[in-house]
Amino acid sequence: MRTLLYLLRKEFSQIVRNRLIVRAIFILPLLQMLVLVPAVTFEIKDVRITISDGDLSQSSRQIASMLDGSEFFTVTGYAASANEAAASMSKGECDVIVSFLPGFEKNIITGTGSVMQVTVNAINAVSAQLTWAYINAIIRDYSMAMADEAQVVAGQTFSPPVKISTRYWYNSSLDYKYYMLPGVLVILVTAIGFLLSGLNMVREKETGTIEQMNVTPVRKYQFIMSKMIPFLIIGLIELSLGLIIGRIAFGIPFEGSLFTMFLGATLFLAGLLGLALFISSFSDTQQQYMFIAFFFTMIFILMSGIFTPAESMPAWAQNLNIANPVAHLMKINRMVMLKGSDISDITPELKALTVIALLFTLLAVLSYRKRA
Amino acid sequence: MKRFLGFVRKEFIHIFRDYRTLVILFGIPATQIIIFGYVVSNDLKSAGIAILDQSRDEITVAVSSAITASGFFHIAAEPRSEAEIDAVFRKGDIKAVIIFGNGFGKRLLTEGVADVAIIADGSEPNVANLVNGYTTAIINGYLTGLMQNGPEVKMPVVPEVKMLYNPELRSHFMFVPGVITLILILVCALMTSVTITREKESGTMEVLLVSPLRPVQIILGKVAPYFILSFVNVIVILLLSYFVFRLPVKGSMVLLLAECMLYILMGLSLGIFISTTVATMQQAIFISFLGLLLPSLLLSGFIFPIEYMPGIYDYISFILPPRWFVVIIKSIMIKGSGLGDIWRETLFILAATILFIGLSIRKFKNRLE
Amino acid sequence: MTDSIIQVRDLVKKFGSFTANDHLTFDVGQGEIFGFLGANGAGKTTTIRILCGLSVPTSGEASVAGFSVYRQSEQIKRNIGYMCQKFSLYDDLTVRENILLYGGIYGIRRPEIRLRTEALLERLSFRGSADILIDRLPLGLKQKLAFLVAVFHNPKIVFLDEPTGGVDPVTRRSFWELIYEAAAKGITVFVTTHYMDEAEYCDRVSIMSNGRIVALDSPAGLRTTWKASSVDEVFVRIARPGINFSL
Repeated sequence: MRTLLYLLRKEFSQIVRNRLIVRAIFILPLLQMLVLVPAVTFEIKDVRITISDGDLSQSSRQIASMLDGSEFFTVTGYAASANEAAASMSKGECDVIVSFLPGFEKNIITGTGSVMQVTVNAINAVSAQLTWAYINAIIRDYSMAMADEAQVVAGQTFSPPVKISTRYWYNSSLDYKYYMLPGVLVILVTAIGFLLSGLNMVREKETGTIEQMNVTPVRKYQFIMSKMIPFLIIGLIELSLGLIIGRIAFGIPFEGSLFTMFLGATLFLAGLLGLALFISSFSDTQQQYMFIAFFFTMIFILMSGIFTPAESMPAWAQNLNIANPVAHLMKINRMVMLKGSDISDITPELKALTVIALLFTLLAVLSYRKRA
Repeated sequence: MKRFLGFVRKEFIHIFRDYRTLVILFGIPATQIIIFGYVVSNDLKSAGIAILDQSRDEITVAVSSAITASGFFHIAAEPRSEAEIDAVFRKGDIKAVIIFGNGFGKRLLTEGVADVAIIADGSEPNVANLVNGYTTAIINGYLTGLMQNGPEVKMPVVPEVKMLYNPELRSHFMFVPGVITLILILVCALMTSVTITREKESGTMEVLLVSPLRPVQIILGKVAPYFILSFVNVIVILLLSYFVFRLPVKGSMVLLLAECMLYILMGLSLGIFISTTVATMQQAIFISFLGLLLPSLLLSGFIFPIEYMPGIYDYISFILPPRWFVVIIKSIMIKGSGLGDIWRETLFILAATILFIGLSIRKFKNRLE
Repeated sequence: MTDSIIQVRDLVKKFGSFTANDHLTFDVGQGEIFGFLGANGAGKTTTIRILCGLSVPTSGEASVAGFSVYRQSEQIKRNIGYMCQKFSLYDDLTVRENILLYGGIYGIRRPEIRLRTEALLERLSFRGSADILIDRLPLGLKQKLAFLVAVFHNPKIVFLDEPTGGVDPVTRRSFWELIYEAAAKGITVFVTTHYMDEAEYCDRVSIMSNGRIVALDSPAGLRTTWKASSVDEVFVRIARPGINFSL
């Protein structure tokens, strides 16, 4: 125990002296929170529409101005011909082409049903789907109003049989910042923890100081602990800083208990740092470690459900994901912050993180060789 | 010249000896392509929901089974009252609760109207939107079929959609250009900056500088292998995307490869520039990892469209060459654009390249003087 | 040699097909200053790493302070000090912090560490600089400090792997004074070097070539056997028998 304290003292003195690390600890959460949280969003807004109006009627103009008036769209141009419209799409000047063929209004009046063509740039499939859904909804409202008018005239009422009311809990306006902030916190803790701890270990190898350590009676687990504990603390500091910044800058609520969240984060960091040290025993240079670290963090983060729902992954990937600590913390953070989940709600995640932590720490201790 | 070639050869041997890094360098694009192609998606697949049926009549049971039969949903919890809903959400197993009020079927048959409430978990907005849309469509579809005797309504305006460039709405069109952009930044800027800084730190750079090689030759010799490595990586990604995802290159292949080369040059000069500004390898790693990779991943428009970001990001990402490069490859690969459509983006990357080279030369000279 | 503290019998270490240590057999007596000579690549560092418990031999027997290098390497580590070729104190810690770290690791109590630290600083006339980072010290001083840290816990044996590499002759001399002081306290010194003048300072010297020990005796004994005026001459004759040596 006393040996561990001496080792920890050494690590902390070294970290505090490393101006780069100290700066990174404070600047990184600021940058990540303020820059990334508002940026990563699928909130549709100001999608650029080019109108190709072959009818030039009152109805077509009405629809165009309805689209323009919605917060989701802006009409940025009118094309004289279909070719011109296609060219503007190809040059990237618009995202959607709405075209009305001649006779558009006439068909509405005669009641034969009038077709309006919507061409969406679908390179980004997700935003294309959302764009189409919103246009569809606006046109449906327009149609309903028209139909209602027509039927009131005919002495009938028109209303759909079932009224569906939708409410969104925990984030009633579907603000993406609510969704991203807990996720960006996870990226922050992951990046800093994985990078710092592993690089630190490999650096000792590169400079040869580890050799001097290896001829002392220091026990393997003591040395590994001395490499984990400081970065675990730094990780928790990052989390706190991120939370504070998020709170001040975006006013995102925190429904659950801080204790629950930090419990999850501590288990997570133990696993992550264990893995980092395990990997560092296979790297001879900091450069090598950086690449392996990037490879793992990338897979972990992409599969964690930060951008896309983890449930949409194929079954085999979901099974693999049980070993992905980032996925568990992602879930915990969102649940605790937004829904106020307590320890009993996140027991499966906590259990999984505990197993991961024990396993990777054990691997780190076993793979660290005091002799070749 | 002969001396220079010898030096380049030495650098090559150096890189190929570190097979672990090489494996990773080619492993990253391959894994990314698999992950984006087969693993992550925004589609709804068997999302957990709960149905709180306070009526339990023929109609609600039938609607419920229509919802589960759709394949998009499965019942993952059974709250018995509205009071239990919060607790169920907090466990995180379900994305939405569908509530049928008391006497749903009876009201529908007698009054012709009934209410359904959907409560969706807003903590995942995309999923919430999709769940809402799908369940609404299923419920409406089922009940409209049931109410055949009601007034038949024909919508006056029927919008028809054409999904241009990507009719099947596959995500490949997004991620292949994204992966290329990312891997090139990784190999070029990151590898170069770290390798050169490493050499500076260990003092071997001084040895090279006193050798008869000219500084320009040293730098060229250092970056030449990465130029080739990057280019091979691009080809591998394009082949993968062609053979695995049948993603053809619509525009000119020559133009595409030329643009890639220009971008590689930009990445290399950025790498050199970084290495002239930092003193230690750790600094280089930090700047490259946190200052280059994350922004290229998140702010280039590769996953999240720039148009949806707050206005200021237009300016922030304006200075990020990856943003322009993503536009370039997407245009060539998918739209079949020619140089005429993308000259502005190309010019921007060219300008960035010249800027980084100029800055590096100035820094380098200052150091030597 | 009744009280030998290091015993090596038929020690072999192979790296693939390359034999770094080829059937070494020797003893080091308690309190001896044992010199281990050889050209670069002769296998000196390999032997030292095995004896320190950093590397496992391929075959043969070796014990240090009575402990086997195979099974009891951790016990060995409690009884030895080691100073490796590459300077390996922590550059980004101060002199005092480095001493405290290693003192603490060997389980020396805090007051005792403080006492010994003062003595150490005194010995190096170093008082004022105890709180500066090691990074800023000149090489010679760093090496001396590394040695004193290696013997800080009064080990039974200290292993020194080319401790004076790159150091000027004056500093080398004062470095050897430190070695003598340690030996006077009863610490056995096992030192590798390729400075032949240093060989003369040792009680006994073994000369290694291509992984084998080709000569082992006191410096005087070696000079007599090989009819040479210095160990340097002996070394050149043994290590490069083809060269016609005339001086």
